[in-house]
Amino acid sequence: MANSFDVIVLGGGPAGYVCAIRCAQLGLATAVIEQEKLGGVCVNIGCIPTKALLHSAYIANLLKESKDFGVEAGDVKTDYGVAMKRSRRVADQNSKGVEFLMKKNKITVVKGSGVLQPGKKVKVGSDVYEAKKAVVIATGSRVKGIPQIGLEINKTTVISSDEALLMEKIPATLAIVGAGAVGMEFADIFSAFGVKVTVIEALPRILPLEDAEASDTLSKSYRKRGIEVIAGAKVTKATVAKDKVTLDVEAGGEKKQIVAAAVLMAAGRAVNIENIGLKECGIQLTERGFIKVDKNLQTSTAGYYAIGDVAGPPMLAHKGSREGVVVAELIAGQKPHPIKYDNVPSVTYCHPEVASIGLTEDQCKEKKLDYVAGKFPFSANGRARGTGETEGFVKILRDKKYGEILGAHIVGAHASEMIHELAVARENEYTVEEVDLAIHAHPTMSEAVAEAALDSQGRVLNI
Amino acid sequence: MATKVHMEALSPTMEEGRLVKWNKHEGDPVKSGDTLAEVETDKAVMELVARSDGQLLKVLVPEGTTVPVGNIVAWIGKPGEKVDGAGAGSGEPGAAPASKPAPAPARAPAPAPPAATPAPSSRLPAPEPADASRVKASPLAKRIAKDAGVDLKLVQGSGPGGRVIKRDVEAGATQTRAAAPAPSSRLPAPGVPYEDIPLTQIRKTIAKRLAASIGPIPHFFLTTEIDMERAAEAREALNKQLGETGGKISFNDIVIKAVALALVQHRACNAWFQEDHIRYWNEVHIGMAVAIEDGLITPVIRNADMKSLRQIGEESRELAGRARTRRLKPEEYTGATFSVSNLGMFDIDQFTAVINPPEAGIVAIGSIVAKAVPDGDRVVVRRRLRVTMSCDHRVIDGATGAAYLKTLKQMLENPLAMLL
Repeated sequence: MANSFDVIVLGGGPAGYVCAIRCAQLGLATAVIEQEKLGGVCVNIGCIPTKALLHSAYIANLLKESKDFGVEAGDVKTDYGVAMKRSRRVADQNSKGVEFLMKKNKITVVKGSGVLQPGKKVKVGSDVYEAKKAVVIATGSRVKGIPQIGLEINKTTVISSDEALLMEKIPATLAIVGAGAVGMEFADIFSAFGVKVTVIEALPRILPLEDAEASDTLSKSYRKRGIEVIAGAKVTKATVAKDKVTLDVEAGGEKKQIVAAAVLMAAGRAVNIENIGLKECGIQLTERGFIKVDKNLQTSTAGYYAIGDVAGPPMLAHKGSREGVVVAELIAGQKPHPIKYDNVPSVTYCHPEVASIGLTEDQCKEKKLDYVAGKFPFSANGRARGTGETEGFVKILRDKKYGEILGAHIVGAHASEMIHELAVARENEYTVEEVDLAIHAHPTMSEAVAEAALDSQGRVLNI
Repeated sequence: MATKVHMEALSPTMEEGRLVKWNKHEGDPVKSGDTLAEVETDKAVMELVARSDGQLLKVLVPEGTTVPVGNIVAWIGKPGEKVDGAGAGSGEPGAAPASKPAPAPARAPAPAPPAATPAPSSRLPAPEPADASRVKASPLAKRIAKDAGVDLKLVQGSGPGGRVIKRDVEAGATQTRAAAPAPSSRLPAPGVPYEDIPLTQIRKTIAKRLAASIGPIPHFFLTTEIDMERAAEAREALNKQLGETGGKISFNDIVIKAVALALVQHRACNAWFQEDHIRYWNEVHIGMAVAIEDGLITPVIRNADMKSLRQIGEESRELAGRARTRRLKPEEYTGATFSVSNLGMFDIDQFTAVINPPEAGIVAIGSIVAKAVPDGDRVVVRRRLRVTMSCDHRVIDGATGAAYLKTLKQMLENPLAMLL
C-alpha cells in the first residue's frame, strides 16, 4: 500500500528529520510530513540564519577595532539587507541539504499539515497515511507575544524573530522584551548594525538560566557597547502607535518609559499542539501544556511518540535531534543509551558567547552540594590576548568529595565550541582530574578549561 | 559490506535472550523481515528478524545459548564475503555467550568475567582473558566505589557496553547493605511498599548453580526448638481477659504475629526472588497455608506486623473459613512476602515446608509437646515447639536465616518482646 509506512514523523524540524533518518538507517519505511520547509524553525527561521547574521555583526565589530591590529578598513558601513539576504541563502542551503538527506535515505516527504487519527494514522488533506509501528509527533514551537499587556505581534512595530530575520530595513531604535538566548542574540546583531537597542528582562538578570557570573559578565560587555540592559523589569503597559511603541516599565521600584521604533518579542515560545488531532487520539498534555511522555518518549497513547519542543524543555534543537535518534532506536527494538537531560549543553551565540552544561553555582548552593568553583579568566590566556578576545572566563564546579564536574560555564569567544570538552567529560563521568590529564595544546583558549579544572583543585598554574 | 545481526531487546524489560532455534542456517539467503531465529525473552518466545538482505554468512551463537541484548549473533552479507569473528560459539568476544547451554563443571561462583557483558562496539577487541580483573567503570564510579568500599566486580554496569557508572555504584552500595545478613537492617519508614535490588553477578551465579543442584528453588532447612511456656501462659491470660466477648487467641495467631514482627527486623528474609533482581519488601504480608479438600491454599494476612493478635485471630479464622468453602478472592491469596505452615494440630512434631515462590522463606510449625528439659541441675517439664524454616538459598544465606530464626525464638520465648 502506497500510504503505509513503518513510521510516520509529523514535522520535519531537527527532531523530526533526524528521527526519520535514523529510522531509515534501521531499515524502517519512513515518511515525514511537513507543512513548510524541511529543517523547521531551526534551519529556516532560527538557529541557522541567526548564526549567519551574528557573524555579520562580529565582522562589523571587528572592523571597528581593526585599526589597533594594524589594519585600516576605512569607514565601516553596514547594510542589514545584504546580511539578511546572505543569511537566507545559508538557511536555504541547509534546507536543501535536509531535502537531499531525505532522498538519500529513501524517506518519503509529504507536503502538508498532518492531523493525527486513532489507529496510528495521519491525515494530510484528503489522504490518510498509516503507520505500522509508530507515529512520532515533532511539531515544534513558535514565537509568542504577550497580548495581555498589549504586545500582540503585528509584524510591523511589534515583531518576532520571524520578521526580524526577513527585514530589509532596520528600525533606528529597538526594544527587545526577553533577555534569553534569542533576545540577547538579536540585541548583539542589531546593535552592530547601528540600532539603539534596549533589552528588557522580567527576571532579575539577563540569560536567567545561566550562571549569575555569566549574566554579569555579559551585562557589562553589552553596556560597554552601548546596549541598554534592564533586568528585573516589568512591562506594565504597551502603547502601540503606527511608527513607534511606548513601553511603561517598572524596574527596581522606579517607573520609566521606553520609546522605540519597534519591539521585538523574545519572551518564550508556544508549542504547536493545536489542530493536530491530539485529543482525538487520547494524547494527554502536561500541566505546562507540553505533550505528556513517559521515559521512552511515548505519549499516553501507545504507538504515538513525541520528541523535540512539544515533548518539553529544554526547547533546543540538539535535544530534539537526540530524542529523535533514541525514539527511532526504540521503535526498531534496540536499547538506546538513555538521554541525560541534565547533560544538554546550552549556548547563546552573542559576543562574547555564553555556553554551559550542568548545574549553575546557585543551583549547587540550593541543593546544598559540597562544591568548589574553579575559574580561569581569558585575560590570563595567551591565545585570547593575541586575538584581543580577553572577555570572559571558564568556570568549573567540582564536587569536593569525588571531583565530579557538577557544572561548567564558559563566557568568551568560541565558548560554544569549547563547552563540548566538558560535555564529553560529564557524559563519561570523567572528573576534573581527567580533564586536566588530557594535554591541551598551547596556545589555545581551551587551555583555560584545563586551568579551571586545576583551579578547582587549588593548583592553577598560570594565574 | 556485511552487516551484523544483534540480539535485540524484544520486550521492554529484556536484558538477555536465549537463542531457542535458528530458522535460517549459514548459507541461506535472507531478506529483510525474514525470521532468522526464535529467541526466548523474559516474557515469551519471540522472532528475531533480519534487518538487511543477503546471505546468512555466519552464525556466531549455537542454539540454546543465552546472549545479552546488543551482542552480535550472526552476520548477513554477500556470498563469499569475509566477516569478523571466529567459528560459531567460540570465544568471539562480541558474541560471548552469557551462559553456555551446558553449565561448565563446578568452579567457585566467581563473578562472570567482563566478557559476558554486552559489547555493542563494532570493532571487536582482542579476546579478554577469562579471569580479566579489569572492570569497565567510569573514573567517577571508581572513586565512589573506592570510598564506599564497593567491589566494582560485583556491580552490574548499565553504561555503554556494560560500563559501570555512578548510579550503578550507588545502587551497588545500597545492595551490599541490604543483602548483607545483618539482623539490624530493619524496614525503612512506611510509604514505599518494596525496593528492587538488581542481582549482582555473584548473586546470579549463586542462584544459577544452587538452583541447578536441587530443583528450581535451592532449599535449605533450619530447625530450632522453642520454649512455649511463657507464650502459653500469656495466651491463657489473654483469653481469660477476653472472656466471652470474642474469639480466642490461638497459638497459630501468636506464631503469625511473631513471624511477622521478626521479619521487620530481618528484611533480608522478607523478599521475593525475581530472576534478575531480588525484591526486598518493606511491608510484611504473611501467607498462611490452609488445607482444603483437594489441596491447599495460602490466604494472606496483610501487614501482619501491624495487626493486633485479636485482629490476626479474627482475620485468619475468617479467611480460613472462606478458603475451605473456596470463596477467596484472588487478591486474598496472592502477594504474601513470607509464609507459615502449621501442622501442629495433626500431632506432627517437626516437618519441612516447601517454599511458595517467589517468596524466599516459609516456617513450618509442629505440635507443642510437653517435654522434660534440663533447667539448671534439675529437670522440668516444659511445653516445647519445633519450628523449621525453609530458605531459598538464592536470597537467604545460612547465617541470614539463622539470625532470623533466633529473633523468632526470642519473641516466642518472651512474648513481651513483641510489645517492644
